[in-house]
Amino acid sequence: MTETAITMKDFRVSENPTWCPGCGDYTVLASLQKAVANIGLRPEEVVLSTGIGCSGKLSQHFGSYGFHGLHGRSLPIAQGVQIANHNLTVIAAGGDGDGYGIGMGHFIHAIRRNVNITYIVMDNNIYGLTTGQTSPTSAKGFKSKTTPAGSAEDPIRPLHLALAQGASFVAQAFSGDVKEMTEIFEAAIRHKGFSLVNCFSPCVTFNKVNTYDWFKEKLIKLSEQPDYKPQTHLEALNYINEHASLVTGIIFKQEGRRAYHEEILGASEIPPTDVDLTITPEQKKELLAPYL
Amino acid sequence: MIDSINEVIVLIRERTWKVGGEQGEGIDSTGEILAKVLNRRGNYIFAYRHFMSLIKGGHTNYKIRVKDTPVHYQGDDLDILLAFDQRSIEENWSELHNDSIIIYDSSKKEMQPLEGKSPTMAPIPITAMAKELGNEIIKNMVACGASAAALGLHPNDFDEVIEDLFGKKGEKVVDLNRQAFKKGFDYYKEKFNKSYPLPEPKGKGLYLISGNEMSGLGALLGGCRYLSAYPITPATEIMYWLLHHLPKFGGRVVQMEDEIAACIMAIGANYAGVRAATSTSGPGLSLMMEALGLAGISETPLVIFDVQRGGPGTGLPTKTEQSDLNEMLYGSHGEIPRIVLIPSTIEECVVYGKIAFDLAEKYQCPVIVGSDLFLGMSKKSSDTLNIDDLNVEKRYIISQEELDQFEKGAFKRYRLDVEDGISPRSIPGQRNGRYVALSNEHDEVGLEIEEPTLRKAMFEKRMKKLVGFDLGDLALEFQGNDDASLVLVAFGSVRNQLQEVLEHLQEQGKNAAMLIIKQLKPFPKDRVRVILERASRIVVVENNGTGQLANLILQEVGFHGKLEVQLKYSGNPFTVHEILHAVETKEGVVVR
Repeated sequence: MTETAITMKDFRVSENPTWCPGCGDYTVLASLQKAVANIGLRPEEVVLSTGIGCSGKLSQHFGSYGFHGLHGRSLPIAQGVQIANHNLTVIAAGGDGDGYGIGMGHFIHAIRRNVNITYIVMDNNIYGLTTGQTSPTSAKGFKSKTTPAGSAEDPIRPLHLALAQGASFVAQAFSGDVKEMTEIFEAAIRHKGFSLVNCFSPCVTFNKVNTYDWFKEKLIKLSEQPDYKPQTHLEALNYINEHASLVTGIIFKQEGRRAYHEEILGASEIPPTDVDLTITPEQKKELLAPYL
Repeated sequence: MIDSINEVIVLIRERTWKVGGEQGEGIDSTGEILAKVLNRRGNYIFAYRHFMSLIKGGHTNYKIRVKDTPVHYQGDDLDILLAFDQRSIEENWSELHNDSIIIYDSSKKEMQPLEGKSPTMAPIPITAMAKELGNEIIKNMVACGASAAALGLHPNDFDEVIEDLFGKKGEKVVDLNRQAFKKGFDYYKEKFNKSYPLPEPKGKGLYLISGNEMSGLGALLGGCRYLSAYPITPATEIMYWLLHHLPKFGGRVVQMEDEIAACIMAIGANYAGVRAATSTSGPGLSLMMEALGLAGISETPLVIFDVQRGGPGTGLPTKTEQSDLNEMLYGSHGEIPRIVLIPSTIEECVVYGKIAFDLAEKYQCPVIVGSDLFLGMSKKSSDTLNIDDLNVEKRYIISQEELDQFEKGAFKRYRLDVEDGISPRSIPGQRNGRYVALSNEHDEVGLEIEEPTLRKAMFEKRMKKLVGFDLGDLALEFQGNDDASLVLVAFGSVRNQLQEVLEHLQEQGKNAAMLIIKQLKPFPKDRVRVILERASRIVVVENNGTGQLANLILQEVGFHGKLEVQLKYSGNPFTVHEILHAVETKEGVVVR
């Protein structure tokens, strides 16, 4: 059987997404389909784990294996899959509420483990599926049903956090630029280790502040900044800090770091999923010997 | 002379010994050394650890009970107390009797017995002698020596264990330990002529095992090659055991940031196709409730080891209790199929730990194995441990060949037309097996739905998986005559005391029996009903405060007004005396 070339069609499913027309998540879906196809991955080699929210529905519309789990828990699922079978390409995805609210603890710890997964956060600065509440990335002063007088809290700064925690790949993309987003996804998936791609993915229905136009006006493309060549996490952090995190592109990339599955006790070429489960009578005897 | 010694030995059926002191001064290692020595020479022992949630100070003790037959519990009384401080005498006074001996460390000051009994007091300057050897830390070896002399052991009995324990540290350390042992041994021999001989060692090739170690071993034998967990007393030893062994068998152990992540990671690993588990205790189990539901609705295998401790909240981290039963049975929102197994002996921890993985994979649902601190951390000599037949006989994952039979994209992971409700499961990496495991209600391919007919069908498919589920002999155990008028009922570790209670009652000529329920969900209600129907008296004995098993029986089987319930929730396990007294006098027994 000759293998046919993989195209993004191989990652399509027949059902149509249930997102609002114009939702930024369409671009994320298309860019991701294009990116995995460009890399030449086969649908059965990819697992997409998503959380809950509009963003979480991504796995149902993406033609690979998927796990549409619980709110905030896309990362523990994704890490479990990747460590259990490191031959798979594992992607986690969710929204800003999912990842930076309820899932924040897992986010920081996944970074420090440097598990070889790509984490896509579809950041629309609002809770969309529950019809518009303030999210962890909503700006201070942002008005919504839960903050009628404007949010009293500073937003989470995901890029700062990821860089401060030493993430090996940090990027930001924008749903208004499918070409760049695809390139970033490709680079993130190819990167060995934990990759964060924060995607500005506007909610056209409930967020009337952080719109496509709003982003277009403010975002700086790092690929057009020839001087931007950060050598350290701190340099990158300073840069995004100066630019209020309103940049797109690969913000920081650390090559040559070993991923968690290569560092963990018992690391081996053979993933746990492929191990022969037979335990011989001799091995059983050895197992019991210390108790004699 | 020789004849008379034999005569004495024949009379000795059991002996109890305990070492007590502040936590952090080597109490545990003193007990561990003696336990190992006794087990190796063929004495049946049971060792129980009493400890506190702190590092230095407080009171800790290690008790060993020796019998000439297999022993399942640490005993009510105490013959020899080795006290490193006065508090040890006070804390353990109730167990002592007039023929007991208190060997105490007289290095700092004299210790005093309390009122009402007159055990022999045997002062030995244990710490001072250790200091003479240049190292205070070696006092536990001096204590071992004194204990060995009191128990009529030969110093040679200790040679092998000392070599095993300290051989790696060099001959000098071994020698030092031998000297310390001899000092304590000789001192006792010289000053005190009282001997407390041991029962005859009748065992051969005894394994000295704990429930946590056996849960770990069971997991390994059951094909578990992945554990994600968060450290918690009294379950961490399962994690240690698997950390030590899984990597050698191609597995991995991941310490997660919390129990939420630990349990959900185990679901992810199971989804990927490895048999995976998490281990925890009550507070961790509470954090895993959402994960239980996720495994249930997504039909992903999951094994949780819950080593129960005193609750609620942080509760009693170092004390035993059986109060997680309700949580295991009912915890998590919504309704899912689940299996709850409670081993009742240390040996059973290996059996249920093993089958949990077969069942989780076969039925694609969560399986909780609920032991407790008593089973998890106590050690016993076992001559019945047998793992020869514990093998992974079958995997329950659809094969690539079967998947290739489907037209492209036609595989339905959650297909409804399955008689037993079990839809074949594919794993990532398999061609043509693509699906989305879904925590939303879903259709056959894994798309979320809210359509009532489909929801109903999918719900019923899941629940159907465990209809009629019965593990047979592993579900419950009945000891005694069918026509027994008194039936004692328990689950989990209480069985160990109940076993002795039953023996006492039967010796008294009472027609008593014991029912131990090990498959708590699905509950084998029809078989339980048959047993309880014919009894004129039923006493349920539980280490919790609300009678969770009794309530389950009332709910599933009935017998309102007929169930007598004895409960203990002090943090300590039952004594045999307590149960016997309650059965005989009905004092402290409530009728449900």
